[in-house]
Amino acid sequence: MTVPGKTIELLTSEMSAPESDAHRVVSRSLREAERLNDTLNSFLQIDREGALRRAEEIDDDGGQPSPQVSPAGAGMRGIPVAVKDNICVRGMQATCGSRILAGYHPPYDATVIERLKNAGAVIIGKTNCDEFAMGSSNENSAYGPVRNPWDTERVPGGSSGGSAAAVASRVVPAALGSETGGSVRQPAALCGIVGFKPTYGRVSRYGLVAFGSSLDQVSVFGLTVRDAAVVTQCIAGRDERDSTTADVPVPDYASGLSGSILGARIGVPRALLGEGVDADVRARVEAAIDAYRELGAEIVDVELPHAKYSIAVYYIIATAEASSNLARYDGVRYGYRAEDPEDLKEMYRRTREEGFGAEVKRRIMLGTYVLSSGYYDAYYLKAQKVRALIKRDFRNAFERCDAVLTPTSPTPAFRLGEKTDDPLSMYLSDIYTCMTNLAGIPGISVPCGLSTHGLPVGFQLMSPHWGEPTLFRLAHAYEQAHPLTARPSVVAE
Amino acid sequence: MPITEADIQKIAALAHLEITDEELHTLAPQVASIVAYVEQLNELDTSAVEPAIGGLTPEGERTEAAREDATRPSLGQALALEQAPDPSHGHFRVPKVIAGSEEKENF
Repeated sequence: MTVPGKTIELLTSEMSAPESDAHRVVSRSLREAERLNDTLNSFLQIDREGALRRAEEIDDDGGQPSPQVSPAGAGMRGIPVAVKDNICVRGMQATCGSRILAGYHPPYDATVIERLKNAGAVIIGKTNCDEFAMGSSNENSAYGPVRNPWDTERVPGGSSGGSAAAVASRVVPAALGSETGGSVRQPAALCGIVGFKPTYGRVSRYGLVAFGSSLDQVSVFGLTVRDAAVVTQCIAGRDERDSTTADVPVPDYASGLSGSILGARIGVPRALLGEGVDADVRARVEAAIDAYRELGAEIVDVELPHAKYSIAVYYIIATAEASSNLARYDGVRYGYRAEDPEDLKEMYRRTREEGFGAEVKRRIMLGTYVLSSGYYDAYYLKAQKVRALIKRDFRNAFERCDAVLTPTSPTPAFRLGEKTDDPLSMYLSDIYTCMTNLAGIPGISVPCGLSTHGLPVGFQLMSPHWGEPTLFRLAHAYEQAHPLTARPSVVAE
Repeated sequence: MPITEADIQKIAALAHLEITDEELHTLAPQVASIVAYVEQLNELDTSAVEPAIGGLTPEGERTEAAREDATRPSLGQALALEQAPDPSHGHFRVPKVIAGSEEKENF
């Protein structure tokens, strides 16, 4: 049995048949994106004209890849993908889910977009997200929430909810999102698909709108682990336009997928599987641990004693960095500008007041506070020290295991409106994911079944820096043995 | 120390946010409760811990990030002004700065 739906692999083989081509594949994607959008609200922009034009160009090339395509781009030719609206695509919008960037069209492509385009991928649209990537449910978008294809009264997760819904509903086999505290892995878990965050510095942030610069990474959704690996292959690697990318060679992720996992050591921090975890989530994750044992992995106990502080650390560091990064939205050079301000300062204040939503304001305030004179040591410096302790915990754990396994999200998808009154309860959705971003290590969320109410559950694996091959291999092994064969009720034809 | 509405107003001014009274009443307790939550970090003795500054891995730290100091083409004025709310003569036009406002802030 396999994961149902048109994966990258399946589409590629479809396109090589005489009766099919990129135009046909992309047309289908566009048609389904448009058809499902009133229900799901995944897309903020669908580029029918541009996508079909690009598909025709690819078909006219007669199967000749562009000269700039390295082996890294292999397998992406003609593949329709969706891109989160905080990643710049020249000529398409980039609102970041905010009113303050309504109508903004970036004058350049992000590096990850250049690489996808060079590989022949076709970007069919920009997806909805929590405003400036701040949220865990996609309810903070100025353009309406996204609905979970498995149950449209529930959230898809966030902040990359639109991209998650686009892949889960099988409109596209893969999509780009971004993570600062788990914004791809968490929605992947809630939507029953694969979500992958690379090591910090593995993928360029040039053209990714900045939220928390020491945490942000472009991340990938796929229907399968293979899909996620193929897309990551295409976009990863040093970029001189992002000085935080590392000069580390990119291995061939796809070729290492089916390596043996016999004797692989999987670390489980038992203390984190206790209170606060939904019973269904716990049951499915325990079953996944058993499955790994059956596949020949060794399960070891590890401890991450400072993991419980990760939300506190995250909401100091990420908001501090955000307060700085979002200072640029002032109505001067792009985006929204308040009408008829008396003077410059009023323009700044009213533009930002009118353009930003509540969650963004909340986080800017928090970040400004923790960085302000007299409080910097107590909060920001303190948080950086605890971040160092969290990193150390992982280094210690990785001496005894190859990857750490936890639930991705403490609960399956919750209802729209359920957590919007209590910001802190929403923040706790990231309890398992944000430690990964704080440590800069890679993480992957893999579907591991459905809850008793039929909602997807995911577990996540985290490895040391540059351990992407290990993660893909371990995740692939599980998926081959236990693919999620159910499909959501809202799904592309 | 719990965060008051007066604190929120000061922070809002620093962040160039003109919040309404209604927002003030909602935001103040929310920000206060989040700050109370993060104060749990004080449970930990970090006196001997070096702070983790930024997000670079060791390999990232070792990567040479500086390039040759040579002029290269950049975005260009036309593209840079393409999205401007009020472009004028190759500049971003903005309302005038009023000197001597009651906040006496430095520009």
